[in-house]
Amino acid sequence: MKKKIIGWIFVFSTAAATLLIVSAIGFMLFEIIRGGWGKISWEFLTGAPAEGMTAGGIFPAIIGTVLLVLIMSVAAVPIGTITAIYLSEYANRNSIFTKLIRFAVNTLAGVPAIVFGLFGLGFFVQFVGGGIDKFISGDAQLHWGQPNILWASLTMALLTLPVVIVSVEESLRAVPRDLREGSLALGATKFQTIIKVVLPNAYTGILTGAILAVGRGAGEVAPILFTGVAYFLPHLPSSLSDQFMQLGYHLYVMSTQSTDVEATIGIQYATALVLLALTFLLNFSAVFLRYRLRAKAI
Amino acid sequence: MILNRTQTNGISTDRNTRSSAHHYTASKIAGGNINLKKRFRIGEFIAENIIKGVSFISFAVIVLIFIFVFREAAPIFSPAKQTSTTNTELVQETYGEESSTANETVTEQKNKSVESSGSEGEATAQNLLGKEWQPVSENPKYGLLPLIVGSFKVTFIAVLIGAPIAILAALYTSFFAPRKLREFLKPAIEFLSGFPSVVIGFFALVTLASLFQNLFGYQYRLNAFVGGIALSLAAIPIIYSVTEDALSAVPKFMTEASLALGATKWQTALFVVLPAATPGVFAALLLGVGRAFGETMIVLMATGNATLMSMNFFEPIRTMSATIGAEMAEVVFGDTHYNVLFFIGSILFIFTFILNAVAEFYVRNKLQKKFQGTA
Amino acid sequence: MTTETKIVTKNLNLHYGEKHALKNISLDIPVNRVTALIGPSGCGKSTFLRSLNRMNDLIDNAKIDGSVLIDGTDIYHNGIDVVELRKKVGMIFQKSNPFPKSIYDNVAYGPRINGIHDKKILDEIVEQSLQRSALLDEVKDDLKKSGLALSGGQQQRLCIARALAVNPDVLLMDEPASALDPIATAKIEELIYELKENYTIVIVTHNMQQAARVSDYTAFFYIGSLIEYDETKKIFTTPKEKQTEDYITGRFG
Repeated sequence: MKKKIIGWIFVFSTAAATLLIVSAIGFMLFEIIRGGWGKISWEFLTGAPAEGMTAGGIFPAIIGTVLLVLIMSVAAVPIGTITAIYLSEYANRNSIFTKLIRFAVNTLAGVPAIVFGLFGLGFFVQFVGGGIDKFISGDAQLHWGQPNILWASLTMALLTLPVVIVSVEESLRAVPRDLREGSLALGATKFQTIIKVVLPNAYTGILTGAILAVGRGAGEVAPILFTGVAYFLPHLPSSLSDQFMQLGYHLYVMSTQSTDVEATIGIQYATALVLLALTFLLNFSAVFLRYRLRAKAI
Repeated sequence: MILNRTQTNGISTDRNTRSSAHHYTASKIAGGNINLKKRFRIGEFIAENIIKGVSFISFAVIVLIFIFVFREAAPIFSPAKQTSTTNTELVQETYGEESSTANETVTEQKNKSVESSGSEGEATAQNLLGKEWQPVSENPKYGLLPLIVGSFKVTFIAVLIGAPIAILAALYTSFFAPRKLREFLKPAIEFLSGFPSVVIGFFALVTLASLFQNLFGYQYRLNAFVGGIALSLAAIPIIYSVTEDALSAVPKFMTEASLALGATKWQTALFVVLPAATPGVFAALLLGVGRAFGETMIVLMATGNATLMSMNFFEPIRTMSATIGAEMAEVVFGDTHYNVLFFIGSILFIFTFILNAVAEFYVRNKLQKKFQGTA
Repeated sequence: MTTETKIVTKNLNLHYGEKHALKNISLDIPVNRVTALIGPSGCGKSTFLRSLNRMNDLIDNAKIDGSVLIDGTDIYHNGIDVVELRKKVGMIFQKSNPFPKSIYDNVAYGPRINGIHDKKILDEIVEQSLQRSALLDEVKDDLKKSGLALSGGQQQRLCIARALAVNPDVLLMDEPASALDPIATAKIEELIYELKENYTIVIVTHNMQQAARVSDYTAFFYIGSLIEYDETKKIFTTPKEKQTEDYITGRFG
């Protein structure tokens, strides 16, 4: 009898814990939608901040976020895909080189976002950017050696690299061995097999990886804090050496740095809602693609 | 049976009579008798090496992070060099005559820069263990203790709250949930990891903080507790996900054996499967700790950011990551404050690096040993 | 044996890690004949087959020694190009594995990777290959259809057509009909019979009737060793070894 009660309590607590998580997610979603829904309008989405950021819209932050993830993808997706190809197709499981790469990918996935920010500042902004400036002007004339959207995007690309690698590698491994052997047995080389047989069958995985990375990159703020994001800009970025506004950072400054936090609470909620909607849309489509891929693999 | 070299010719004539099209292709491909001699395929060679080279980037980045984060942190450990360079420069340019009176604070205004660079240079290394963090004052103090304590405190709260919930939920998902529900639960909870941390921070700042203050009636609206709860929302999905994977990796025969012996489902879950999956659960915890410890935006927004050192969970704290996030944008490049912030970054990096490495190696070895011979 | 020899293996040994999968196999395979490899599951017949076009190279811990000579050339010699080897020694797998491409693209795959892009030549090769694999009549109006839309037997014949399109000398078949129904199997067997006129065929089969029907020579493998090798007629009527007799009369395996 006593055992039965313990068992009941145990099962109940596992269910309660699950319910707690799900309701926390629900509560958070509800709160942000409730607070932000009323503020969302066409003007809000397409207008620039006005009156010292206490009014107006978030258009520059949306554009900045989109540009950031686009440039980031251009760097992260090819590098991630190629690394995944190496790990899945070329790597000898036991070679030291492979272990090193795998360890690096796992480590990279665990490096705190803020450390990427520091690295971006130390490496991209100061070392690379400063180096370019010195090379071009030979003088301390700062052009590339300061935070901008390129360095922010590249920093973000490093953060999202493991996301791409893991996702693409999974999809490459889901390509049946039969097909590879079929191609090799016809006298195709390894690279021909990869290009003509493996990759065409893994494109959903590559797409999933790219979307997941974009979703992650759109939501992160820490890596760009000192590599390119700006509090407020009167104009949209027009070159890679411009600074930019970003949704997450906008939400952060509006809710913590603003002089009158109460006055802009509507903007804050609405910004959070837009950011959430954006990342959800991305994540949801990635999850959908991935589940379809898994279903196909089985 | 003697191998007859000429037989290949026999075959190729044979082949040539097959058809005109194949006759054509045969000669086009390899002339009937394919030459098996190894060829150097330049395209293949280049492709393989490019792929290998690109995949090396991941490793190179890790090394570069090490180098560049540490490089910017390094000057604080070489006070002599630093004082000699920055000091003399400053001294010569501005306050040449007053450099000898560095420790006197009579003419505060004028002495400021000399004094700070002078006393900083020698004092940082010891100062780092101090209890005060006042980087932008007349006499800057770089005591990291409150920040370290803050980081550990909020991480502790986050994991203390998040881990049991996440592990229990993982048990529910893999054992007790009806099939249909399970297919919904895992992606749903993993969806939480898709919440941008700045949104979680915002939620904690505007909603949780007031809610808990009303509920518990403590003094400070933003504090370690609120930050910890918010942070647990970031740690839960990773702990949950890795634990769930570990639970479902336990071989079926173990569960079945237990059930066949008359154990109930919950007894099997608690006494057979959970222990068998311990290494995985442990790894999940380590990864959760790493995630919470390194998180920036949530703690920056929800913990109050005061550098207090106390055991009270309801007082504001300031973490290492939040300090970097809040102060880096305002420092002068190359300044001691700047170096110290990088030093904090190095600590964060090393700590999470070790956690990840332990999680990976521990789990891989343990799990392999445990289930060896069963696979 | 009086016919010319195409493939000779000498003291071929293969290890998968600790496991000794092939033990000292020495076998001469005659040209333009069908040689069947039979034996119980796990006896090494498929492994042996895969060592004839070096598909075992793909397995990380496989270690091979001894030699395999095709037309007198040792294919395990350092200077051998595996890619070229596989063009000469085609392979048909147990589970048909057409690429998820159209029928046409499946057959044209091999010629294309060999640099043939002339549409006219490709058309001709595709047609000829499909003709030879006895599939043309069934698919000729629908070459754009996905290879995966075909029935199991058709898919396997598509794979044969795909292999023929690269113009090999040797065809290795790894239980090509094991997943097929009797009618599809009969078609494949008929096809094998026709193909041996031009190709040296080595076929692994689980089905002894099939071995008896299609092959000229039969090798019986048991636990990694070659027990007996002779003309099929002799193997199935007057086997020399007790184990062979036991196996073909169904006493084990």
